[in-house]
Amino acid sequence: MLRIAPTVAVALLTVPIAVGLLAVLLPSFGYLPVIGGTELTFDPWRRLFAQPALAKSIVVSLTSGLFTTAVALAAVCLFIAGSSRTRIYSWFRRLISPLLSVPHAAAAFGFAFLVAPSGLLARTFSPWATGWERPPDILIVHDPWGLTMMVGLVAKEIPFLMLMCFAALPQIEPARRVTLARSLGYAPAAAWFKTVFPGLYPLIRLPVYAVIAYASSTVDVALILGPTNPPTVSVAVIRWLNDPDLSMRFMASAGAVLQLIITVAAIAIWWGLEVVVRILGRRWLENGDRSSLRGISPIWGAGFMALSAAAIFLGLSGLAISSLAGFWRFPEILPAAFTLRAWERSGPAIAETIWTSLLLGGIAAAVSLAVVTGALENEVRRHRRAGHTAMLLLYLPLIVPQTAFLLGMVFSIELAGVRPGFWPVVFSHIVFVLPYVYLSLSEPYRRLDPRWIQVALSLGTSPARAFWRVRLPLLMMPFLAAFAIGLAVSVGLYLPTLLIGAGRVATVTTEAVALSSGGDRRIIGVWALVQAFVPAFGFTIALLVPRFLWRNRRGMREIR
Amino acid sequence: MFTMLKNVLLALAAVIAVGSHALAELDPAKWSAVAEEARGQTVYWNAWAGESRINDYIAWAGREVEARYGFKVVHVKIGDTAEAVARVVGEKAAGNTAAGAVDMIWINGENFSSMKRNGLLFGPWAEALPNFALTDPDNNRGVREDFTVPVEGFEAPWGKAQIVLYYDAARLNAPPKSMTALLAWAKANPGRFAYPLPPDFLGSTFLKQALMELSPDREALYRPAEDAIYGRATAPLWAFLDQLHPNLWRGGMAFPGNSSGLRRLVADNEIDIGFSFHPAEASAAIANGELPDTVRTYILDGGTIGNVSFLAIPFNGTHKAGALILANFLLSPEAQAHKEDPATWGSSTVLAMNKLSSEQKALFDRLDLGKAALRPEELGAILPEPHPSWMERLEKDWAGRYSGR
Repeated sequence: MLRIAPTVAVALLTVPIAVGLLAVLLPSFGYLPVIGGTELTFDPWRRLFAQPALAKSIVVSLTSGLFTTAVALAAVCLFIAGSSRTRIYSWFRRLISPLLSVPHAAAAFGFAFLVAPSGLLARTFSPWATGWERPPDILIVHDPWGLTMMVGLVAKEIPFLMLMCFAALPQIEPARRVTLARSLGYAPAAAWFKTVFPGLYPLIRLPVYAVIAYASSTVDVALILGPTNPPTVSVAVIRWLNDPDLSMRFMASAGAVLQLIITVAAIAIWWGLEVVVRILGRRWLENGDRSSLRGISPIWGAGFMALSAAAIFLGLSGLAISSLAGFWRFPEILPAAFTLRAWERSGPAIAETIWTSLLLGGIAAAVSLAVVTGALENEVRRHRRAGHTAMLLLYLPLIVPQTAFLLGMVFSIELAGVRPGFWPVVFSHIVFVLPYVYLSLSEPYRRLDPRWIQVALSLGTSPARAFWRVRLPLLMMPFLAAFAIGLAVSVGLYLPTLLIGAGRVATVTTEAVALSSGGDRRIIGVWALVQAFVPAFGFTIALLVPRFLWRNRRGMREIR
Repeated sequence: MFTMLKNVLLALAAVIAVGSHALAELDPAKWSAVAEEARGQTVYWNAWAGESRINDYIAWAGREVEARYGFKVVHVKIGDTAEAVARVVGEKAAGNTAAGAVDMIWINGENFSSMKRNGLLFGPWAEALPNFALTDPDNNRGVREDFTVPVEGFEAPWGKAQIVLYYDAARLNAPPKSMTALLAWAKANPGRFAYPLPPDFLGSTFLKQALMELSPDREALYRPAEDAIYGRATAPLWAFLDQLHPNLWRGGMAFPGNSSGLRRLVADNEIDIGFSFHPAEASAAIANGELPDTVRTYILDGGTIGNVSFLAIPFNGTHKAGALILANFLLSPEAQAHKEDPATWGSSTVLAMNKLSSEQKALFDRLDLGKAALRPEELGAILPEPHPSWMERLEKDWAGRYSGR
């Protein structure tokens, strides 16, 4: 049973993606017999490239992937380099979980309301500072080059990269490296970039690629903040898929493959930059110049962090206010009247979708947790650590653009005659939930002192009993945390829920994004807040359950 | 968890049952048998969901039919009706002819025309609905003709719509009352007008409204848009848009997503004039605290485009009986009056007042349409929708001309 767990995990990750990609590759060359495509042809590609302004869509998708990642990575590194071992540092560490648990769409809604010409920032400074009696006619949200989208993505990707760095740093003992470099007379920033960064980067390379992939192919954030005319490639592909003219599906498939190519190209360009940095950086590393990077103040990194956290939290506060607002004239900073109407009106629908979201996320997280535990337990018992290939497979769902293989999954599901609904959506969620559950559980699992289990076994228990009676209680907190992360990931998933569920499975995220095209900011506020708080529910449970279970076991509460 | 599992098993059983059950047996004329069959079903109603008022109304209708007829309604929220059409088309291609995921669609125009042409609709059934007679079909062409295409019982009328414009009287004195006047006004007030991004249906309707006013031969628009006439008929429209776009909100570089996005721009004082398909929308929005109470509604001098929107059932819908009962309920005086109430939605009824009993008529008479709404007699000339092919070609050309500018 345990032996097959790794195989099951690998199959869950790779089979849907492989089938999905194949089912989109063939139609992109005209092969989809059910709608009359029986010959291989370049026609879909020709039609794709004849689309108005396609080049602009490609440029926006590509730059979004590179720009977002570069800025987010730079911010995170500057912060860690400048602020390690300070109070701000531990303070931000605590902020990461709440920041991460806010789904992309909710953060994007808040950000949109923050920076729009009629948004919270403009209201704060108007008219006394700006002289604006009416909102200025400037294009910020939905700008044609996607700059607002990229900035919003940076704010949301910073916490993710930060978490990945925090997870990796202990393995390379940064404090000793920095101390050594400082004792040799290097400036703090130079000491960190010369000694820690070269060791750190290889450990966070895959997460960085995942950020590139996400930023170059996101659909929900692009719908809320991104350009509309033309939209990004991913958004355009979804539009074509939804066209009643079935022959458009060939072109949509070609578009999905194009999205894959764009993401791969973005990662390839990044990889090229890595090589350049490595070559140029080597001379800088070894030049012995004690004065370099002296001008870099710790304020920069801390400032970036503060901005990114503020963008998310202020945005959510703005949404909270607008969900309670009566008529709210520009430039008033607060509404003239407050009312609970928007909440009352949305009440019944909220209750229903929260239930669906929790059930969906709960099942997906539980299944993922079971499979991951099986794989890890197998690994521990056989003393065989997952290799590099396994890690790559794990990142597959995070690196292959969703648009590319979900489209193929939709075709395959239609072909197989499976009715879209709850269970196919659960299945599709597992593909995305499993990697995160694995990433969050694997370190604590391996780090648990093996002697606990050895003692249990030497007392004559079976390995299974040792797992249930010793390992599980000791690892209760990481297990619950992994479950909460899985739940949060599932709650935030937009595209799989929408496409695989045919719109019939309504979660807080699909509801919130469906309403984003509507104008009622109060309703958007209600839904974005609900969306932000459902994942928090899982984290609260993960925090409270151990406190309750181990209320008489002080030592257990301190185990990491 | 277990109830969910039970539901899945029940759903599977239902699929198998429907598969063996000959659907031809469902006869809309035998109404009591239909109601019997509907009990316990779940009707997946695919309806545009860009307006929370409409979503609330649909939720209300769902609760009502559940209480009265014992079946559930799930509102599948879509951003464009074409998505539902695409799903049915996809299912037909994959050989799914009896267990489709779409039970009912809110539809009209080019989507109806293409579904009907391709045999994707169940029917005819609409004229067998008990409440259909209340629309006075013999004197009311609109319920039997959809964008010039004969309905022939393949969809049931649901709501009447007509373009109206609204503006904040506290900010603007004399709003422009024709497309030419609008262009002159926009040039004098750059950045203060916008329309939703086609193919949003309100955005596309703005294009058609302008086409109607500017085209040299309006009669030609009621025939299919053939190459021979299309170019000449649309040249004035493109010339108009080329001049209008630089003077639009954000210089025509971005567009609101739909009617409610447009309304928010008026509410935020980003633009001065908005427009809508529902004569009572401004009243409804004022009542809801979305627009200032100084907003007023008006129409253009030459009349504005009006249409009827319908409910259709796909040929492979799994829950046709429930869909029929739901469509009949939505056509009842009670549901129609509730829909016309600006406090709920503010969408005009398709029922003919002279066909209603006095109690039924009283449901409508007691509605307070609010000061920002236009009464039926104030709505002026209704311009019927052009042939659907015009909309399809306009949307395509619009994208080619104005995408990525």
